[in-house]
Amino acid sequence: MASNGELEVEIVAADHFVWSGAARSVSARTSNGDIGILPGHTPILAVLEAGELAVVPVSGERIVVGVDGGFFSVDSNRVVIVADNAQVGGSVPSEAP
Amino acid sequence: MAAQIRVYRQKIASTTSTRKIFKAMELIATSRIGKARSRVSAALPYANAITRAVSAVSSQTEVDHPLTTERSEVRRAAVLVLTSDRGLAGSYSASALKQAEGLFEVLRADGKEIQAYVVGRKGQQYFDFRRRDYERVWTGGTDAPEFETAREIGEALLSTFLTDFEEGGVDEIHVVYTKFRSMVVQEPAVMRLLPLEVVEEQVQQPGDLLPLYEYEPAPEEVLDALLPRYIESRIFAAMLQSAASELAARQRAMKSAGDNATELIKQYTRLRNTARQAEITQELSEIVAGADALSAS
Repeated sequence: MASNGELEVEIVAADHFVWSGAARSVSARTSNGDIGILPGHTPILAVLEAGELAVVPVSGERIVVGVDGGFFSVDSNRVVIVADNAQVGGSVPSEAP
Repeated sequence: MAAQIRVYRQKIASTTSTRKIFKAMELIATSRIGKARSRVSAALPYANAITRAVSAVSSQTEVDHPLTTERSEVRRAAVLVLTSDRGLAGSYSASALKQAEGLFEVLRADGKEIQAYVVGRKGQQYFDFRRRDYERVWTGGTDAPEFETAREIGEALLSTFLTDFEEGGVDEIHVVYTKFRSMVVQEPAVMRLLPLEVVEEQVQQPGDLLPLYEYEPAPEEVLDALLPRYIESRIFAAMLQSAASELAARQRAMKSAGDNATELIKQYTRLRNTARQAEITQELSEIVAGADALSAS
């Protein structure tokens, strides 16, 4: 596992697996405001707001995922994003609170 | 004599056509089991992630959350019973309901009142027939549960849990569901949903220490957001397990029904052949006896 180089990202929704892979950075919206995660981030557990989160993979295009609430955790470069309803492609889910 | 043959022929025809139904239902159940099982495993990453997070928060912080605190006095308990919508699944619903009855007995012996929540038309019929009260019922789609239903159930259970006893609330919540062990073994099980005991045997990996997290916003608020999701995910997992069990039970029931039908057809065919042979023998002996009588005169 890369110690400092990249993030290991996993996005899961309630009833299915959404995306996983190596990434350079992740940015998300929490209830306190936007947060950007880079490799080497301190362990954090935060609540996600409805909106979009963006993942910049090591190779390929930036991925935008629309979520309607959930949470994410970061620990030793492993990012787990748990969304109630996640959609790759960025469309914000229909029922925004 | 001829009448008897006709009766057997009718029985064979009707058994053959019911056997076709059994076969079809068996095939349908078999084809759906695979999907149901993959849904069970598809929901696993979410359940694991959420369990890990909840145990991290509750073990690292000193938050006294109402959902994790044991009530000093338990006077009323809610029981969620997961059954199927349709029959023809062997003893699937019956054994879940039997397990529920057992739980009711234990709870009543402890002096607790019971509030029932039912999922599945079979469970509803069971309660209606016995004129028992239930608080709410959800029907439809027990063999392919939706996460939305799980969320609805979670919200309903949570709101009665957070209501005071005097206003009709409950102090603990149990779930009766059917565990899918394998294609041949499904067993009814009880789990206590609330207050939460945050331990899940399948998630704990040895040597996997939880890191010291920072929380955003505060730990209390993170827990507030996490726990309802955790409950929903556990309910959903129970529903998915029950759905897989239902299909497996149906497949097995239909298989043995089909086998029994084949056996019956075989028996009726033998009886029909015996009856036909007896008729021929009788006709022959009548002719021979008639000829004898004519030649003797």
